[in-house]
Amino acid sequence: MREISLHILDIVQNSIAAKADEIGVDVIEDREKDTLTVVIGDNGCGMSAEFLKKVIDPFTTKRTTRKVGLGIPLFKMAAENTGGSLEIQSKEGEGTVVTAVFGLSHIDRQPLGDMAGTMLSLFTAYEDIRFLYKHKIDEKKFFVDTREIKNVLGDISFQAPEVYLWLSEFLKEGEEELNQMEV
Amino acid sequence: MKSLAELEAIRNKAKGSVNLRKDDNAVRIVVGMATCGIAAGAKPVMNALMEEVAKRNLDHVAVTQTGCIGVCRLEPIVEVMVPGEEKVTYVKVDPKKAAEIISEHIVNGRVVTKYTIGAAQ
Repeated sequence: MREISLHILDIVQNSIAAKADEIGVDVIEDREKDTLTVVIGDNGCGMSAEFLKKVIDPFTTKRTTRKVGLGIPLFKMAAENTGGSLEIQSKEGEGTVVTAVFGLSHIDRQPLGDMAGTMLSLFTAYEDIRFLYKHKIDEKKFFVDTREIKNVLGDISFQAPEVYLWLSEFLKEGEEELNQMEV
Repeated sequence: MKSLAELEAIRNKAKGSVNLRKDDNAVRIVVGMATCGIAAGAKPVMNALMEEVAKRNLDHVAVTQTGCIGVCRLEPIVEVMVPGEEKVTYVKVDPKKAAEIISEHIVNGRVVTKYTIGAAQ
């Protein structure tokens, strides 16, 4: 993975596999504390305390096609390489929260990457899931709740051409405006 | 700035048009989006497919994601399922190939054989 946004896309797949119908993605850049924090929270099936203990191990996976899973270990390594950390909280039947903290200005921190494209592909591929996306840079933030969009659209699909293009522009503009403030 | 009012106008315009994507006769395009797929570049491929479908107004085509398809070394993998036809698996897809798959396979009905798993192995 070359970008933090790709780790996010990957970790969110775990939430989807856990049958979550509400997924929060927070990206918080704090220049004073010099941290970039990523929080991915879901209301999926959660993990038992026992499974949680070994989930960092690449040889732990829920998939049945093979015996390795690299999503969490790669994300953890990327965070730790910048003096940061990764933590997972989970409760069976309630959901899971994955929190990764990166050193914002650390030389080894991967670029955040294309968050607009990442969220766009999640929104449109999993229309039935409510996504709450928040990107904060210091005091400024960009927030999207897909339920609000869904409420306007009714039964019109996120994949309908005009809607898709609108969403794409909406996310790009939101991200751009947020980054413009970074002087 | 894009506004929800704008979205409302889009909805009003689209109202009445049936959502063919949920139809059994819809063409399904599936992108492998597990760790392996994402690391190999599946996200730009997914976005390219979606954009091409939107631009061409292909309202009978649904683009979805799946987990690991099982041949990680050939990712990004894209599967095209046209009702009544055999599934076609494209491998090592990039955004340019993705656009070509839409125009050739989906629009013109010609499988792009050179990008299929059969050609790669």
